[in-house]
Amino acid sequence: MSALAQKNRRVGLIALLVALAMVGLGYASVPIYRMFCQATGFGGTTQKALGAEAPGAVGKIINVRFDANVAPALPWEFTPEQRVERVAVGAREMAFFNAKNVGDHTITGTATFNVTPEQSGKYFTKIQCFCFTNQTLKPGESIRMPVVFYVDPKLIDDPDANDISEITLSYTFFPVDSAKSGG
Amino acid sequence: MTDTTASASHFQADHAHDHQHEADHKPAFFARWFMSTNHKDIGTLYLIFAIIAGIIGGAISGLMRAELAEPGIQYLEAWSGQTGDASLHFWNVLITAHGLIMVFFMVMPAMIGGFGNWFVPIMIGAPDMAFPRMNNISFWLIVPAFALLLGSAFAGGAGTGWTVYAPLSTYGEPGPSVDMAILALHLAGASSILGAINFITTIFNMRAPGMTLHKMPLFAWSVLITAFLLLLALPVLAAAITMLLTDRNFGTTFFDPSGGGDPILYQHLFWFFGHPEVYIMILPGFGIVSHIISTFSKKPIFGYLGMAYAMVAIGVVGFIVWAHHMFTTGLDVNTKMYFTAATMVIAVPTGIKIFSWIATMWGGSLSFKTPMMWAIGFIFMFTVGGVTGVVLANGGVDNYMHDTYYVVAHFHYVLSLGAVFSLFAGFYYWFAKMWGRQYNEVLGQIHFWAFFVGVNVLFFPMHFLGLDGMPRRIPDYPDAFREYNHLATIGYMIMAASMVVFFVNVFWSLFAGKKVGNSPWGDGATTLEWTLSSPPPFHQFETLPRID
Repeated sequence: MSALAQKNRRVGLIALLVALAMVGLGYASVPIYRMFCQATGFGGTTQKALGAEAPGAVGKIINVRFDANVAPALPWEFTPEQRVERVAVGAREMAFFNAKNVGDHTITGTATFNVTPEQSGKYFTKIQCFCFTNQTLKPGESIRMPVVFYVDPKLIDDPDANDISEITLSYTFFPVDSAKSGG
Repeated sequence: MTDTTASASHFQADHAHDHQHEADHKPAFFARWFMSTNHKDIGTLYLIFAIIAGIIGGAISGLMRAELAEPGIQYLEAWSGQTGDASLHFWNVLITAHGLIMVFFMVMPAMIGGFGNWFVPIMIGAPDMAFPRMNNISFWLIVPAFALLLGSAFAGGAGTGWTVYAPLSTYGEPGPSVDMAILALHLAGASSILGAINFITTIFNMRAPGMTLHKMPLFAWSVLITAFLLLLALPVLAAAITMLLTDRNFGTTFFDPSGGGDPILYQHLFWFFGHPEVYIMILPGFGIVSHIISTFSKKPIFGYLGMAYAMVAIGVVGFIVWAHHMFTTGLDVNTKMYFTAATMVIAVPTGIKIFSWIATMWGGSLSFKTPMMWAIGFIFMFTVGGVTGVVLANGGVDNYMHDTYYVVAHFHYVLSLGAVFSLFAGFYYWFAKMWGRQYNEVLGQIHFWAFFVGVNVLFFPMHFLGLDGMPRRIPDYPDAFREYNHLATIGYMIMAASMVVFFVNVFWSLFAGKKVGNSPWGDGATTLEWTLSSPPPFHQFETLPRID
């Protein structure tokens, strides 16, 4: 092999490796994006602090609205007990949601969630939530599910978030498809 | 490299005779065109392919303009053979096919595969590409890719838009069509990545003695930068659309919220590819236009190094502005501010290029031959598209403009008018070099002026339609939008008529055009392709040229 051919092979292989690395980066972006959202509250991703103590009320009161949705494929009724609640920033609060299986067979569901406005995701902290686990309901069975949360008082110090007077917490229940649990 | 006795003086004496005895020994028809490893032949194949794809993609836009000429649904039901809402799917198929064909099967093959293959090796003084056989693979991957995309029309048609956004592309459109379109993108992507590797290797390793990077012609620079953009951006698209495929067919939930995925992630991945992609389409055009402006001003290009590094800057910044396509997905204010500012920064190197072209013409000995007209037309059009781009770059303004015809007008000014004008400029500029016969100047001028008027009548009213709130991607609209839409359709017809002139010119000139010598454009044309015969010998530079 001539010297030029050898040089070409080297540069070509390096370029090929770069291309393969970019494919890898494309796939790596999936977990990276998830971690990024969890760390920054990006896109209204709420914070999770299992078993933590709420920091205590600091005086500011805001509204928290509750929104409950069901994916079309899931024959459940799903509603919040209260549509809106007055919440003291920093205080531990509890809200209840009711779900009922109106279908004719046992189904497991899981809830996805986020909050708006999106910049409040960083400060909306859940201590306990039915959305952390799957829920299984027999036909006709209903369940009362709690969510325990607090709004982090750091919200008041954030110039992008301190004018928030209302946060909407939205859930959507999806059926858990055993074939789709891998992704 | 068998004839080592050929001396440098022999080389300089006369290229045309130098190679006739063995270098012009062309293979037979099948071996030459179907198993080709010659960069010029592969370039020719790419150009023919791009012209065919352009006719198909252009005809599709003709169908769309016919339907949009009047409010209401005129032809869709007849074309699709379906009634009511079912016929509207056919509209989505049309816009998807038009976008994908023009981006992946017209502009990219013509710019990079066509002119890149033809002239990059010659301009840097190389006998051929670094990997000639891989070059052949690149071309023959894009043919089945195109067949797959066209074939998807017979399986119902993919109506996802060229962006293939989830969830429409994951569970919104079952059936094999979208899978076929995605596989077509895979093949076209693989073809372009292989091409990019080839160009990078060729330009790094095979420049003639004395041809340093800082002496390299701007077209070679532009293709080098484009190749890097392809190498970094296309694999990300490949990853994203592979995830779409597995979401569709194998139960993964990368973009499905019910399994913990996020459809917005697809948009991030797509535009991380998609924004560099628009520079991939325009950068080689920048290179072509630079040579033409210099040639017909009889002056070296103004600010050569600034021109080269402006392209580098555009390429680098192009990777960190992608979310300006996603201003309405709920980005927070700070993110929008960053992407607004970063996007506007691109106007700086782009401005350097525009002003350097004007400065090149300033005080030059100008001649307004057809390629020069297209190049000046390019500068004008690209500037209009650039200005509307700066408007759209504002996160706040974009809330109002997003997905309106203003956006359609913007990207057609930079692509349909920018990239396509530079393609025509290059085609006329190198026509005689590639085929040995000159095009007809009168027909060329008629083509230019008719096309120029046609596309402006076609696309300029779209700005007003967009500002008035007409959404893109719809076959029907309120009566209030009728006048401008009708005008746009008339513009399309003028443009289409100019293309008839173009094809008459091409076929007439190929057979009866005036034969030309090495350098028909005279002293202004200084790059190496003008030292060779027209057309160049089958194998050039058996003795490498030396650049002082």
